[in-house]
Amino acid sequence: MSLVVQNITKRFSDFAALNDVSFEAQPGEFLALLGPSGSGKTTLLRLLAGLDRPDTGRIDFDGLDYLTLSARDRRVGMVFQSYALFRHMTVAQNIAFGLNVRPSKDRPSKAEIQATVQRLLKLIQLEDLGKRYPSQLSGGQRQRVALARALAINPRILLLDEPFGALDALVRKDLRRWLRRIHDETGVTTLFVTHDQEEALDLADRVVVLKDGQIEQIGKPLELYRHPQSAFVFDFLGTSNQVPANLSDGIADFGGFSAPVVSPKALNGAQTVRFRPFDTHLHHEGPGFEAKVLSLLPAGANLRLELQSPTGQVFETQHAHDSEASDLRLNDTVYLRPSKVYAF
Amino acid sequence: MTVNATPTPGAVPLATEGYKPPKATHKARVLPGFGLSLGITLTYLSLIVVLPLAALLARPWEHGLDGVWQTISDPRVLASLRLTFTTSLLAALVNLFAGLIVAWVLTRYEFPGKGLVDALVDLPFALPTAVAGVSLCSMYAANGWVGSLFAPLGLRIAYTPLGIFVALVFVGLPFIVRSVQPVLAEFDAEVEEAAATLGATPLQTTLRVIVPSLAPALLTGFSLAFARAVGEYGSVIFIAGNMPFVSEITPLLIVIKLEEFDYAGAAAIAVAMLSLAFLSLLLVNALQLLLSRRGRA
Amino acid sequence: MRARAPERPKTPAAFLLMALAAVWMALVIVLPLVNVLAEAFKQGVQPYLSAIVQPDALSAIRLTLTVAAIAVPLNAVFGIAAAWCVTRFDFAGKGLLLSVLDLPFTISPVISGMVWVLLFGAHGWFASVLEASNIKIIYALPGLVIATVLVTLPFVARELIPLMQDQGTDEEIAAVTLGASGWDVFFRVTLPNIKWALTYGVLLCTARAMGEFGAVSVVSGHIRGLTNTLPLHIEVLYNEYDSVGAFGAATLLAGLALVTLVLKTLLEWRFGDELAANRRH
Repeated sequence: MSLVVQNITKRFSDFAALNDVSFEAQPGEFLALLGPSGSGKTTLLRLLAGLDRPDTGRIDFDGLDYLTLSARDRRVGMVFQSYALFRHMTVAQNIAFGLNVRPSKDRPSKAEIQATVQRLLKLIQLEDLGKRYPSQLSGGQRQRVALARALAINPRILLLDEPFGALDALVRKDLRRWLRRIHDETGVTTLFVTHDQEEALDLADRVVVLKDGQIEQIGKPLELYRHPQSAFVFDFLGTSNQVPANLSDGIADFGGFSAPVVSPKALNGAQTVRFRPFDTHLHHEGPGFEAKVLSLLPAGANLRLELQSPTGQVFETQHAHDSEASDLRLNDTVYLRPSKVYAF
Repeated sequence: MTVNATPTPGAVPLATEGYKPPKATHKARVLPGFGLSLGITLTYLSLIVVLPLAALLARPWEHGLDGVWQTISDPRVLASLRLTFTTSLLAALVNLFAGLIVAWVLTRYEFPGKGLVDALVDLPFALPTAVAGVSLCSMYAANGWVGSLFAPLGLRIAYTPLGIFVALVFVGLPFIVRSVQPVLAEFDAEVEEAAATLGATPLQTTLRVIVPSLAPALLTGFSLAFARAVGEYGSVIFIAGNMPFVSEITPLLIVIKLEEFDYAGAAAIAVAMLSLAFLSLLLVNALQLLLSRRGRA
Repeated sequence: MRARAPERPKTPAAFLLMALAAVWMALVIVLPLVNVLAEAFKQGVQPYLSAIVQPDALSAIRLTLTVAAIAVPLNAVFGIAAAWCVTRFDFAGKGLLLSVLDLPFTISPVISGMVWVLLFGAHGWFASVLEASNIKIIYALPGLVIATVLVTLPFVARELIPLMQDQGTDEEIAAVTLGASGWDVFFRVTLPNIKWALTYGVLLCTARAMGEFGAVSVVSGHIRGLTNTLPLHIEVLYNEYDSVGAFGAATLLAGLALVTLVLKTLLEWRFGDELAANRRH
């Protein structure tokens, strides 16, 4: 029961929201669509749900040609960014809606619907709130009701549009773990849209990175992180420092010091290379990029430093609290050497 | 679980080869009922509004341009247009001030019975015009509650243009109040406080800061009240006296022409009245635009 | 942004303004209303009662109710259809459609009546057709109904459009993805969300339909007991110097207006957030 998306293109007047997008989702897979705003991720979700039509391309699910099916017939569980709960219905009525509107021959009995609602209420841990109205719930609770409502129709795929977008940071983390658990319990193929790389890497089996309506890279989180295929993916997944270097045979030479290069291509000659804050060492003497300490901040288990070179470039680095950086003070001069760089 | 590290390239052959994707629309119509609802709407509007108004616009030309000119250049018609538009203008102007005061009191002050007063503002909307018409007429007649106070002074209100003005004031009040009230209720308190910290007295703040910012709303209310007054019939007809050249309003003249089966004449007057009304509204809209350009909207 | 809360009047200026407003409201609004009652009961309760139960008055009431009972449902269905297509879809000419929809509010009621005479009157476009098939529209019930329909056409649509625009389509689209049919979406999701605004629009539409004077006056022909609605009945009696009769009938319409105001205020107070944000006319 896999989802196959092939060569999808969608234009809005003169702007290509999606350009020749193809990918597959395996049965039961948890897939993130990650990209900045305007990258086409929400458009893609709407095409899958049948809320928009692509200009060209195919969408197939388990041999079903989805483009011939209306939104109503696709049986796609969609969780909207605004949740779109029915404001005049109780939580239980919201969840039961998709079952109640089935044609009478397919409609489960009242008792069965009741049982399904109870089961889902239990799943979303809101057993006692079935009689409440959406306006009486917190943001996180509404989000869970929206998910239960989508699950009630026993969806072929579950689509979530920025599922945690409207929630505050603490609730987000909680719900994230909880969503992952629900997915593992129900096993339904799930796609969710996010612009938050941390969320995508944390939750998804695989991540589809979108940029300007095109797929930049698809991969497992770790793979994506370790082997980014483009500068965009590298920059989007975390803080990036950029310096010029001379590349040859997988080594970046900075004039007096060097670092190994990770790259999808075999690059040589003068290039811009990138490195992560934690792939760095600080030294009291050269060689290295000379810089002054601009700020020292705790970042969880690490110490986060901002360094400024004499030319004004700012580097961000991270070090363990008990490392060479722990004794530094503001305005100290240090020499920065990357331990690993990326080139594209 | 299979892992595809790269996007699936090219077309994987699938069962339905000859499939053509549906025609692209900019906004897919996910919700049903577009054809049905638009069909009902267009049919209904065509039959009830467009066709009758087309009949109105087509009718005056029966006797050519000359016929139309003759009808509307008739001194009696001109007198009625002058009367209708001047009394409407004056009534709307008076309501501009009265309505502003009522709206101000209703939004700024707390007092017992405020809900009742607020609801009563809508009475002219809700009270059938014929009821208002006969009541105003009997009140302002020489032997009525109000008329009898003025009769000794030699001032007659009912059956004169003054009576028409009184009726139009009644009809127009809610338009101004209801246009101004929401704007006044949402007026940013900090702007007022800023004016106070800059040394303005309450009166200066009111006249220089608040009232100017109400100008667009006042103008909207004014144009609504004016447009309603020009076409008003029921509440005016009893108190007007309906003397040709003196207290005969244009809508009445239209009715008279119709009763004489002079359809072309009636239509000509109606079109003239509508055109004048639309021109006035255009003028107000232009003024509105000017105001909003000055950043007051 | 924070709006200023109303406060008890303290300054002399405040009391002056309140006094001005009170006098104006009393003179312009309250007095005409009280005057209706005073005139109706001028000769006591008995003449009043006999005035409102005379056969012509009863037939006028019946006719008024009949006209409203036909015109209001028509405009309600139209209002829902118009609001649905205007707020749920994009199409060319929407602005024009909205302007046409508003026209009945801006043209004189007399014109709203006369256009039907131009079409169906003795010298109207369709006069010969009507005569041949022996159908009477002008000076008969159909004329009263279509004139009323034209005058009250925008009420329901105008109430629903801003609200439905505000509410957006999220809930309806969610219902579609959950498998709901078109009618399910409308009856289970849309209608419950707009029911109070619809009630409000229907209320205003009904009040206007029963009280309309100018438009029906043109098409009625003032045939006593046959084509006189209640407002026209008042006119006839008043012109015949039957003051108690005229004001007796007027109390009924004034009562209707007051009931409308009470219901309207109740709706605004109880369901204000389910009515359109801009609910004033």
